[in-house]
Formats: sequence, C-alpha cells, structure tokens
Amino acid sequence: MSTLGADPLMDPKRPLSATGNLRRRRRTDRLMRGVATAAAILAVAILAIVIVTVTGKGASQLSLSFLFKDPAVGLDAVGGGIANAIVGTALIVALATVMAAPIGVLIAIYLTEFSTPRTARPIRLVLDLLNGMPSIVIGVFAYGLLIEGGQQAGWAGSFALAIIMVPLIARATGEMLTLVPRELREASHALGISRWRTIVGIVLPSSLGGILTGLVLAVARSAGETAPLLFTTSIFSNSTTVNIFGTALPNIPLIIFSDSESAFPADHARAWGAAVVLMAFILIGNLGARAMLARQRGKFQSQ
Amino acid sequence: MSTAAPAVTPLSPTRRLADRLGDRVLVGLTILASLAAIVILVLIVVKLVSGASAAISRFGLAFLWHSTWNPASSAGVAHANVFGAGTLIFGTAVTSTIGLAIAGPLGIAIGVYLSLLAPGRAGALISPLVELLAAIPSVIVGFWGLIFLGPFLKNTIEPALHDVLGFIPLFGPPNATGDGIFTAGVVLALMALPIIAAITRDIFLTVPRELKDGALALGATRWEMIRGVVLDSQRAGIAAATILGLSRALGEAIAVTQTIGSGSLIGNSLFGNGDALGSRIVEQFSGSTGILTSSLFFCAVILLVIELAVNLAAQLIVRRSARRQGVLAR
Repeated sequence: MSTLGADPLMDPKRPLSATGNLRRRRRTDRLMRGVATAAAILAVAILAIVIVTVTGKGASQLSLSFLFKDPAVGLDAVGGGIANAIVGTALIVALATVMAAPIGVLIAIYLTEFSTPRTARPIRLVLDLLNGMPSIVIGVFAYGLLIEGGQQAGWAGSFALAIIMVPLIARATGEMLTLVPRELREASHALGISRWRTIVGIVLPSSLGGILTGLVLAVARSAGETAPLLFTTSIFSNSTTVNIFGTALPNIPLIIFSDSESAFPADHARAWGAAVVLMAFILIGNLGARAMLARQRGKFQSQ
Repeated sequence: MSTAAPAVTPLSPTRRLADRLGDRVLVGLTILASLAAIVILVLIVVKLVSGASAAISRFGLAFLWHSTWNPASSAGVAHANVFGAGTLIFGTAVTSTIGLAIAGPLGIAIGVYLSLLAPGRAGALISPLVELLAAIPSVIVGFWGLIFLGPFLKNTIEPALHDVLGFIPLFGPPNATGDGIFTAGVVLALMALPIIAAITRDIFLTVPRELKDGALALGATRWEMIRGVVLDSQRAGIAAATILGLSRALGEAIAVTQTIGSGSLIGNSLFGNGDALGSRIVEQFSGSTGILTSSLFFCAVILLVIELAVNLAAQLIVRRSARRQGVLAR
C-alpha cells in the first residue's frame, strides 16, 4: 500500500466536496429523482382534484329525498331523487354477481387444483383476453345475443357485467388459493379425506376472506360500468321497478351519462349527485377490500 | 405458481361412493366453468362478426380507410348509406397516442418512485391512492373532463401550445368549447396512468437486490443505477405495461364520447373535434337499423381485433422475456 501515497488524487489537502463530473452526475441524479417524486405527487393530486370537484358539485344534491325518491317527471323538472336507479343498479349488479361468482371461483379452483400446465395456459389466456375486452364491445355483444329484435331487460345488463366480473373474480380467487399452504392439503389427504372435501371443507374456507375481497372489488368495478348497460338496459321509466327479467332497469351509470349530455342545469345537478353516490360506494368498497386483503395476506404469512 | 399438485398417492378403493362421486362432480363443474369462459370468448367473436356481416360484404376492407359516414336520413344525397371507419380509426389512434404519450413517461416515473425511491411510509400511502385512480368509473371521469378539464385545457394548455408551436398545423387555435381530440386524449391518459404505474411498480420490485446494490457499490448514483440496471433489465416489462395501458385507452368509449366533441372530420388540429370507434357506437347504436347497425358492429369488430392483437402482443413480450431471464438465471 505504499504506492497509495504517490497517487496525486490522494492529496490530503484536496477539498472533500464533489467537483466536475461527479457534481454533474449528482445534479442529474437529484433532478431525475425529483421528476419521479413529482410524478407520484401529481397522480395523487389528480385523484384528490377529481374527488374534491365531483364532491363539491354533487354533495349539495345529497339529501334523504335524493336517495329515497324517484326522479321528478318533466323536461326541466327540479327535485326528486335517484331511488329508482339505486335500486336498479343494486339488482343488476347483484344478479351479475350471482352469475359470475360461481363461475369465477370454479375456474380458479380448476386452475389451482386440477389443471395441468397444458390445459391451464389456454384458460389463463382466455381470462386475460376477456379482461382486456373493451366494455363497449361486451355491451354490443350482449345486445346482439340477448336483445336484438326484442325488448331491453335488466338481466341482459347483468349478463354483460358478469362477463367483466368473471376474469376479475377468477384471478383474485386464484391468488388466494395459491396462498393456502400446501401442508394443509397434504394433511387432509393424509387423513384419507377425498379431494373435493379437502377443497370445499379446507382450502376454500381458509381463503374465504380473500375470495370475498376479490368479489367486493369486482362488484365495485362493475357497478361503475356504463357501456355494457348502454344497449341492454338504458330505456327505462322514472319509477322504481324490480322486474329485472321483464323490463330495462334504471341504473346510476346511465343516469350520470345521459344527464351529463343534457343541456338542462337540473339534469347536470342530478348527474353530479348520482356521481357522488356511485363514487362513494366504489371508493368505500375499494378501501374496505384493500384493508381486508392486507389482513388476509398477513394471516397466511404469519403461519 | 399454481402447480401446487398435491403429492398424494391414489386413494384406496375402499373410500365411500360419495367421495368418488364428489371428486368427479367437482372436477366436472370446474372444467365446465372454464369451458364456459372459452365459449363466451368464441361467442363474442362469432356474434360481432355475424352482426357486421352485412357491412363486411358490402364495404369490405375499404371500410377501414374510407371516411364517408352517411346514415339513411340523408338519403338523396350522394353516398347515402355508405359507411367507412377511416375517421373513427384515426380518432381512436390519435386520442390513444396522446393518452399514451402523457401516461407512459408519467406512469413509468411513478413506478420508479413507488418501487425504488419512496420512503416506506410514503410508498405505502401513495401506492393504493394511485390504484384508486383506476377505480373511478369512466363515466365520472368523462363528466369531470367535460365540465372541468376541458375548459381548463382550453384556457391554459391549448393557448400555450398554440402560441409556441402554432406554426405546426397540429397545434391549431384552442377549441371553442373545451371538448375535442386533445381533451379526450388527456382523459384517456388519466385512465391509462394508474395501470402503467401499478404494473411498472410491480416489475421494478422484482429486480434482484444484488444487481441494484452492485451498481451502487460501483459508485453509481441512484439515477444511474435506475437507468442502467432497473430500466434496462425491465425493458420488456415496461413495454408490456405500456401496451396494457394502451389497451385501456383504445377500448374506452364512454369518457371519450363525453369529451371528444363528436365531429366527423379529420382536421389538422389536435384541438378540433373528432370521433372514435367506441364513441361512434355509443352515439349512434341505439335505435339504429339495417346497414348502420351492421357498420357499427363492424366498428366493434375492429375494436375487438385491435384489443386481441394488443393483448396478445403484451403476453408474447412478457413470455419471451421471462424465458430469456429464466435462461440467464440457470
């Protein structure tokens, strides 16, 4: 190490601060880190701006009669509420969940428990493609399959929403099922319990929380979809109805859409109010599901 | 992954009939459900193509570039009942390009921040907020874009761009109402942004710690480490994330309808009104008949083909890079 002293760079009197090239590199470093941080802050700011402005416009509409009364009839009618749309959306989404949840969960069970790599690959691909399908295409498809030549019906909208929900539910359930420790399955098999009993009695219950979380997220997603309902359940009356198989059901996304295209201020006001209701439901569902998911993951990791 | 194949010897033949039956039934049900998903996908393709068949046989491939769109109400005029999606494909392409040009770099930057730079608390707070942005329904984002974003762009960004870059015809005078192609593109950027950010965050988190630490130990600054190690090794993943963001933008119909201003001309200016594949379907499908309906089905087929191609491309990129990285790891 005696040569070290001969190194001109090791002059002990040299200042310790960065010079020249290093200073430039550090400046670039700081700049790029600042840009990345600013981008993240911008995204949060956009979210905040959207929520605050929508709430600012719509919160003044909210009242008990807005939630529990049907719309006032007439072109520029003021007053009334969106009870018909709240009931309709609840029914449409509930029926969609009833259709999609069993199929989604069964697909996830097939993929995690029974499939071979050769059979799993095409099914995963189909799920991905369904997941990437534009909702307007699904809307046109549901119209062509169920409505064309006939009358609109709420259940056709549910069918379209179910197509959107199946891949979401299948993926969320699959993620939870793979988290179930293998030892649990093996212990069950070692006790001579058949496969279906193991799955129904042990694997599914132990991941139930996660499956429900995925379900809530899928419900929240489909509740806000407009395009699948546009041609299947858009021509509806102003009164509350539960006849999901006979007529088109009023629903919140279409109220927002059609009222937002309207020229009447009263319609815009109603659209903002409906937007606040829908957004509150979706954000609460999302936040709740996320909190549940974190707990569920923690449960398995601590074992 | 899913290959948690239970290492179990075949059950003894003494097991009860119910168990044997139950196993069969459960396997059968799961296979049926999986087949149902495949059947739905096939049905979508078949139904859309059959709905579009009249327009396909009448206009053929020329539908893709012809820009006449004359519904029956204008009969007596030349080209009555002649349809072509040229303008609409152009509108879809331009709005999605604007969306991606904004959301791509921004989303990747957010992905970098969340995976590599954010101090623990901030990351844990901002990550879910970014994903929450994706949860806001498109009809609300579109309404917001129509009432707040459009006028804001008209008064600030559009005049600024016009003043500086006005010599390029692309940046014409600002839109009179605040609607238009540019506004729709910015709205699409808002929708693609959380997708790109979340996916890039997840793939950046998979970069092995040794590589990052190695670069830092060699004296690289954080940014040099990010550029040289993280961004460089995850090029395929970044491309796939961008493509999935693009897929979201291409398929969005509702928010585009609300903000694009529904004009039919291919103008020179980004700030003019336009129309896109999805928004045209939204506007004209209800109550349409005959060849107009069929042409709108044709538009849906085009959207379907684009989406399938885009998603398959993303899959291919991911699989190829996974194979390459797998080889390297071995």
